[in-house]
Amino acid sequence: MLGKLTIDALPFYSGIAMAGALVVVSGVLGVAALVTWLGRWRYLWSEWLTSLDHKRIGIMYVTLALVMLVRGFIDAMMMRTQQAVALDSDGYLPPGHFDQIFTSHATIMVFFVAIPFLTGLFNVVVPQQIGARRLAFPFMNSVSLWLTAAGAALVMSSLVIGKFSTAGWNAYPPYSEAQFSPDVGVDYWIWAILVSAVGSMLTGINFLVTIVKRRAPGMRLMMMPLFTWATLCTSILMVFAFPALIVAASLLGLDRYLGMHFFTDGDGGNVMNYVSLFWIWGHPDVYILILPAFGIYSEVVATFSGRRLFGYESLIYSTAAITALSLVVWLHHFLTMGSGADVNAFFGQAAPLIAIPTVVTIFDWLFTMYRGRVQFTVPMLFTLGFIVTFVVGGMTGALLAVVPVDIHDTTFLVAHFHNLLIPGALFGYFAGYQYWFPKAFGFRLEEKWGRRAFWAWIVGFCLAFIPLYILGFMGMPQHLNRYYTPGWQPYLIVAECGAFFILCGIIFLAVQLATSIRDRAALAVPTGDPWDARTLEWATASPPATYNFAVVPHVNGIDSWWTMKQAGTAARKPGQFHDILMPDNSGTGVVLGAMSFVFAFAMIWQIWWLAAVGALGIFAALLSQTFRDHAEHRIPASEVEAIESRRILAPALVSGAPT
Amino acid sequence: MTDAVISSGHDDETAAEAAERALDEKTFGFWIYLMSDAIIFALLFATFVVMSHNPAAGSASHTLFRLPDTFAKTILLLASSTTLGCSTAATATGQRWRTLAWLGATFLFGLGFVTMEISEFYGMAVAGAGPWRSGFLSAFFTLVGTHAIHVSIGLVWIVLSGCEVTSRGLNPFVVSRLYRLGLFWHFLVIVWIGIFSFVYLPEIL
Ligand code: HEM
Ligand SMILES: [Cu+2]
Repeated sequence: MLGKLTIDALPFYSGIAMAGALVVVSGVLGVAALVTWLGRWRYLWSEWLTSLDHKRIGIMYVTLALVMLVRGFIDAMMMRTQQAVALDSDGYLPPGHFDQIFTSHATIMVFFVAIPFLTGLFNVVVPQQIGARRLAFPFMNSVSLWLTAAGAALVMSSLVIGKFSTAGWNAYPPYSEAQFSPDVGVDYWIWAILVSAVGSMLTGINFLVTIVKRRAPGMRLMMMPLFTWATLCTSILMVFAFPALIVAASLLGLDRYLGMHFFTDGDGGNVMNYVSLFWIWGHPDVYILILPAFGIYSEVVATFSGRRLFGYESLIYSTAAITALSLVVWLHHFLTMGSGADVNAFFGQAAPLIAIPTVVTIFDWLFTMYRGRVQFTVPMLFTLGFIVTFVVGGMTGALLAVVPVDIHDTTFLVAHFHNLLIPGALFGYFAGYQYWFPKAFGFRLEEKWGRRAFWAWIVGFCLAFIPLYILGFMGMPQHLNRYYTPGWQPYLIVAECGAFFILCGIIFLAVQLATSIRDRAALAVPTGDPWDARTLEWATASPPATYNFAVVPHVNGIDSWWTMKQAGTAARKPGQFHDILMPDNSGTGVVLGAMSFVFAFAMIWQIWWLAAVGALGIFAALLSQTFRDHAEHRIPASEVEAIESRRILAPALVSGAPT
Repeated sequence: MTDAVISSGHDDETAAEAAERALDEKTFGFWIYLMSDAIIFALLFATFVVMSHNPAAGSASHTLFRLPDTFAKTILLLASSTTLGCSTAATATGQRWRTLAWLGATFLFGLGFVTMEISEFYGMAVAGAGPWRSGFLSAFFTLVGTHAIHVSIGLVWIVLSGCEVTSRGLNPFVVSRLYRLGLFWHFLVIVWIGIFSFVYLPEIL
């Protein structure tokens, strides 16, 4: 009746695991109780969960990312603490638990922090940057969101019911096969990945079509803002890369569920096939995470230097070149399928090639700043922090290619990886979050705590990862849950201190958010353009009306909002308003996500009847949506006019509603 | 609800224009989806090619595949492609019942294909050559099975489209969906030709 699910699935075996489970359960119950107490369920459902408005979907994505960042960080903190104390002793974590944690940390950070964060920023910003009123497929967008959320929910449930995978975030066989990992951990990993990978693939299709088909009249490709360019390139990579992840996880699943022999030891299995499949996705994925951050840095640098980006076209070509090179490595892994291609190729030959466009990009930013008057706002600080750490990190990356000592599979690699992903991706998303927050909510984030958060993050990052570079040279392997070399411990304690700084960074971000909400009246941005910015997304109200643009602007160059301001046409009230068609809300996306969760959960625990229920639910939800052609409502011109006149006459009123 | 007076102007999108644009976007998006699906098939092909060098414990494949069956399946699928083409032609000239009739024929051919596929799989499994037998057979079943699942989804889609054509007639939305159904189906035929030439032919020859 309940498949493999028994009372033993509850974490009574370990106090720490029990505590984790209790935190998750009480967190969920707490939020539910709060919403009930505030009487906000209906509001939440009809204004947010079922919304097909890309801004709201974007905000929900970013919220998911921030929540999961906390979870992923707690995992990191636990690992750092374990390694700081586990000299000649067991530390406080049993080995199996440590392995679960480093698997879940990496899985969460990559799939449920980085991806939702960048997708959320795409959602909030890109349609407005290209002068569109909506995405090409608003319903599919909601499906992507809820599939991603379902994947995240699966990882979170593994804390409470059963265990997570111990096979590392890339789940390499044969260890991840049923023979060596018979419990449900790897199945949790597989289904969380599958569900969210489908969501990401749909996101890629959605933004690709939107950017190709929905740009404002006159906006040619070479006039698009750099963040839009980054989104376009990222979407292409998503469409190419995620199928490989879907195939890799599915075949692993077939091995585990049906006893097939894709990656088993013996019986004609081939482990290297998995490695190739994984990196066909994994290699471009590094750029899927980094390119959006580069796009954000470009916008931030231009705005806060108060001038047009230096080398605008070369920045576009660099973005395109990075994309093209990732597709080349994609092809490379494809063509060398199964032959045990060097999966660290990136750290070797490919790195110098990619370095060229990266260096061009960084020089363009530096020249832009050099010629401009730089304002050191929080987004700008994150950008500068990135440039410094990334340049240093890049040089250590070059070291990897030349040094004779074998530092593969050491903590050097861990440090290098995080150098790519924390300054190279996460700082970018933070910059974007600070930069576009007033766009989404109508008030700025307060600066003081933002600065403190930045310094805590950057100091914490250096303290946490520089020791790992050194330990790598000293030969410390990654994934150690205990060790017997006293010389390592001081470095690991420093790294632990770094983690505490990062903890402060996270707390400061929370404080910043709280105080900014409290002081939102003082921080309001009535004109909607607090930074005197350049690109089109600032031409709408902040927060924007559902339809973004009452009148779709005509574009004839880059930095079109800036041009409009210079020409004095920015503040001109449109002479005429029109009816606007906007998509209706739909609860189907939520249902699809929920049913996917049910289906995946049932498959994990092999509760077949429940899986059937989930599958039927998915089918029914799809069916109810497929044949709806008129899922739109008309906003009458008079209403548009009313909204717009409120915006111009009393802008403070509009921005005073920051819920 | 409409304020017709202030709603005429250059950037105003009429409902018809909006619908047309939406259909155009859907078609474009569907092409991209097909591309990513093609990548999935390409990866399964590549996996199959790598695995086929190593049949391990499984029986050698030329004793497993039967030429007449494979040939019949190919004919069925090609026939379904043709009938679907006829259906599209009928749609283009607005002939609702002809569209339906040809859709029905396509469904029957497709159903025949899937039935033969299932019986082939069943026969192999019973003969001790199931997918759990060896890496080679896993790859074979997964590649061909993924194709068969796609065809089955296509069959469900045909039934739904049939109901829709019956009840709603050939309005632009229905026509656009039929067009995408056609893309999907012909795509699957192309994949099958790949399977036929890379999986079956080398073993039979
Ligand atoms: C916020 C501070 C972070 C800290 C303190 C931290 C710490 C760690 C630690 C201790 C490990 C285990 C290393 C080992 O096995 O020896 C690890 C692994 C990993 N982390 Fe983080 N991490 C952080 C943020 C991130 C972020 C933001 C990402 C991705 C976006 C990320 C991705 C990964 C990945 C992919 C691995 C696995 C590496 C491997 O298996 O080689 N981490 N991290
Ligand atoms: Cu690679």
